[in-house]
Amino acid sequence: MEADYILQMRNITKTFNGIKALDDVCLDVKRGDIHSICGENGAGKSTLMKVLSGVYPHGSYEGKIIYQGKEAVFKDIKESENAGIVIIHQELTMIPELSVTENIFMGNEVVKNCLIDWEAQRHRVTELLVSMGLNVSPDTQIKHLGVGQQQLVEIAKALSKNVKLLILDEPTSALNEEDSANLLRLIKGLKERGITGIMISHKLNEIAAISDAVTVIRDGRVIETYPVVAGQVDEDRIIRSMVGRSIENRYPEHVSNPKEVMFEVQNWRVEDPRIPGRLICKDVSFNVRAGEVVGFAGLMGAGRTELMRSLFGKNYGIYQSGAISIKGEKVKLNSVEAAIRAGLAYVSEDRKNLGLNLLDSIAKTTVSANLRAVLRNGLIDPALEYKVAEEYRKALGTKAASVDAGVSTLSGGNQQKVVLAKWLFPEPDVLILDEPTRGIDVGAKFEIYSLIHKFADQGKAVLLVSSELPELLGMSDRIYALFEGAITGMLSRGEYTQELLMRLMTSTSKAEGGEKK
Amino acid sequence: MRAIKKVLGGDLKQYAMIVVLCSLIIIFNIASGGKMVTPSNFQNLLSGNAYVLILAIGMLMVIVVGHIDLAVGSVAGFVGMIVAISARDFNLPWGAAVLIGLAAGVIIGAWQGFFLAKLGIPGFITTLGGMMIFRGAVIWISKSISVPAPPELKFFGAGYLPEWGPAWTGLNNSTLLLGIIAFAAFIWMEGNGSRRKAKLTGQRGEVWPSAIKIMLIGAVIGYATYLFGSGRPGTSFPVPGLILVILIIVYHTITERTPFGRHIYAVGGNKGAAALSGVNVKKVYFLTMLNMSLLAALAGIMFIGRSTAAGPSDGTSWEMDAISAVFIGGAAVSGGIGTVRATMIGGLVMAVLNNGLMLLGVGADRTQVIKGLVLLAAVAFDVYNKTQGKSSIISRLFQKKETAAETK
Repeated sequence: MEADYILQMRNITKTFNGIKALDDVCLDVKRGDIHSICGENGAGKSTLMKVLSGVYPHGSYEGKIIYQGKEAVFKDIKESENAGIVIIHQELTMIPELSVTENIFMGNEVVKNCLIDWEAQRHRVTELLVSMGLNVSPDTQIKHLGVGQQQLVEIAKALSKNVKLLILDEPTSALNEEDSANLLRLIKGLKERGITGIMISHKLNEIAAISDAVTVIRDGRVIETYPVVAGQVDEDRIIRSMVGRSIENRYPEHVSNPKEVMFEVQNWRVEDPRIPGRLICKDVSFNVRAGEVVGFAGLMGAGRTELMRSLFGKNYGIYQSGAISIKGEKVKLNSVEAAIRAGLAYVSEDRKNLGLNLLDSIAKTTVSANLRAVLRNGLIDPALEYKVAEEYRKALGTKAASVDAGVSTLSGGNQQKVVLAKWLFPEPDVLILDEPTRGIDVGAKFEIYSLIHKFADQGKAVLLVSSELPELLGMSDRIYALFEGAITGMLSRGEYTQELLMRLMTSTSKAEGGEKK
Repeated sequence: MRAIKKVLGGDLKQYAMIVVLCSLIIIFNIASGGKMVTPSNFQNLLSGNAYVLILAIGMLMVIVVGHIDLAVGSVAGFVGMIVAISARDFNLPWGAAVLIGLAAGVIIGAWQGFFLAKLGIPGFITTLGGMMIFRGAVIWISKSISVPAPPELKFFGAGYLPEWGPAWTGLNNSTLLLGIIAFAAFIWMEGNGSRRKAKLTGQRGEVWPSAIKIMLIGAVIGYATYLFGSGRPGTSFPVPGLILVILIIVYHTITERTPFGRHIYAVGGNKGAAALSGVNVKKVYFLTMLNMSLLAALAGIMFIGRSTAAGPSDGTSWEMDAISAVFIGGAAVSGGIGTVRATMIGGLVMAVLNNGLMLLGVGADRTQVIKGLVLLAAVAFDVYNKTQGKSSIISRLFQKKETAAETK
């Protein structure tokens, strides 16, 4: 019985300032299994993993960890790594300027006569990479690798440390479909090497594809654990456990009512700022009507974000040619400021790096894209600012103690609502939403979807960029597919399927059913 | 505790430095046998440190925007010298000389701003270059010899307000008038702010916190008025102090209440997000550097007025005093955090230390050591607060990473 489990966490309770982040959590992981953990943001998944890996040292929590049949008392992450527990964070932790080899042996260098034995290191790395089917040179600098490959190098690093229990924190959250599939295949392959895996994930299809058991955590408690048989999970059951209620429909019902063309782009051509001569937008033309939600599909590297940012006041790339019309009138948008004034708003995919100043309060963030509107006698009026922020907080249902609270104290979903408020306050006609639900839990996603529909009903033109095909299919009235900077097709509601879209996203041929514009 | 919070408003941490400042004053006063809190000492303290505090205002903005200006001392010295030379060698009236000096400040600021904003060279490097260039230039144009300053500048560097009106007040009447204006302005602002909030949000705050606040501030202003006004005849609240107070009000308003001020914090907090919110990052960099050099020029001019001559080594290591004041005031090295108010308190802590240790007869060598330790202690205290789970000004910077990992 004991030998069956590599890990048993018993009655783990962890409190922060009197608030229980984990409450009497028990987790049993069988040797050789891939055990998935899912739960909403803030449910306590990451905290649990930090307890396990010694980030929170033994003694700072209550309860017992039995690892390999013995009670584990890790004082820091080094000790847990020595015991064979390696955690791979969703934010990659490698140093971009160093090579694959240097990163893999970082802090763990092979030393001969007080000097690093480069030959031995390179040799071992080559072996590792080959065994993982990763076709990169050990001397490549990390910054030259894609996110997917970086993730694989992280795993190679873990393998180099003789890992027995590998913890992956949302490993595919930054990957495109192809890289995700690759990674999942590899994780599954690790089972044959006798490695046990714990995977934190939001994505139910991934959980179904590779895991042997799944545990749902909610509000710091384990709701249920059950085995996954034959690659099938009961999605409804998991979602019900995660949010404590059943979500009958993951996308709200909506009938849109498109009117005249609000936003039109013609032959938009933009050069890559890093690689001269390479185009990131190749004669892109599209239009969006008032009251319409138009999706933009594309794999990672297709240039969706680059396109949107170049449209938003030439914020990215080197503009070459092309025209933008708003309400039928040609406009020149040479700066973000001009774009905002012309009625554009862009909600970035990268909330923490490009969407928010995490030092600001909710109120300051809300008015930050339209300070002019809170001026009184040339000075910012704090009372008016407070009033505006409060109005948007109520309208969007942001959960916060007050609008004076710092945005860094909010959960991902609430942060996103603050970003939305910031971009609604300038009252834009054209709302560009780049991955608006990234890193947001299921319940908050539904609210964001409802809000998007509301914006469309107010007569705004909504551009929705998303990596999740179901989201695009569920939300868009029309979808444009992008491949390597060019639009490869447009599908209207009713004609699109995941398969058809994927075909457009992967090939330049204008697939059947996709008439251009 | 809750009552105190209501009076002072929200964040109590920002008052920690005020407590330190007051304690220092009291301790030094006792240790020196009452030499600290006297009208003449406080007048000296203020007029002798006004120029550093003015530099600190500009430095705060540079640091908030995420850079640093090492050239301010050299620029101040250079501008002081230009003013002195143009008055002596070209027989310009003092007013014209001052205008030339301020214009030189603007040009120098534009030069630094050009390298930072247009060429993207970090402020540290740009101003390190500027520090050498303008220090060399002072020595060059002065041929290493002091140049007398126009005597009229003494009024701005170390002067006092005029004496007038009835003698029965027992105080310098200019100072008294200033005190009354300050108190009236404070009451008006306090009332205006809460009225406006009540009008817009329908929330009527309680009256008593405001009343206590007004009483507290009134007591402080009243005591300061008495202290500065009751010196020997002919003295008053010093003119450089008045210039400083005006600048504090102006820059407090700029940083807290204008779009440009918000942009400084936005760029310092998250450059990418600021750019995507329509902030012209380069323009913000440029103007911040320009403003810094303009204030440095002003400080240099006030200083030569006080010392009656411009010397080739004027302004040496002033940048360090200004930077220390900003960090003791709780600003973050990486930008985005810091206020004019807190910086002024930080600068006063340094000034009181200098002054108090001097009164106790401690040498400049040991004073330097103590100032260094205080700088470290102040920042360490801020970081310590963070490890205790309380949010403090500096700690919010460090929490950034953790919360990013936590919220997922």
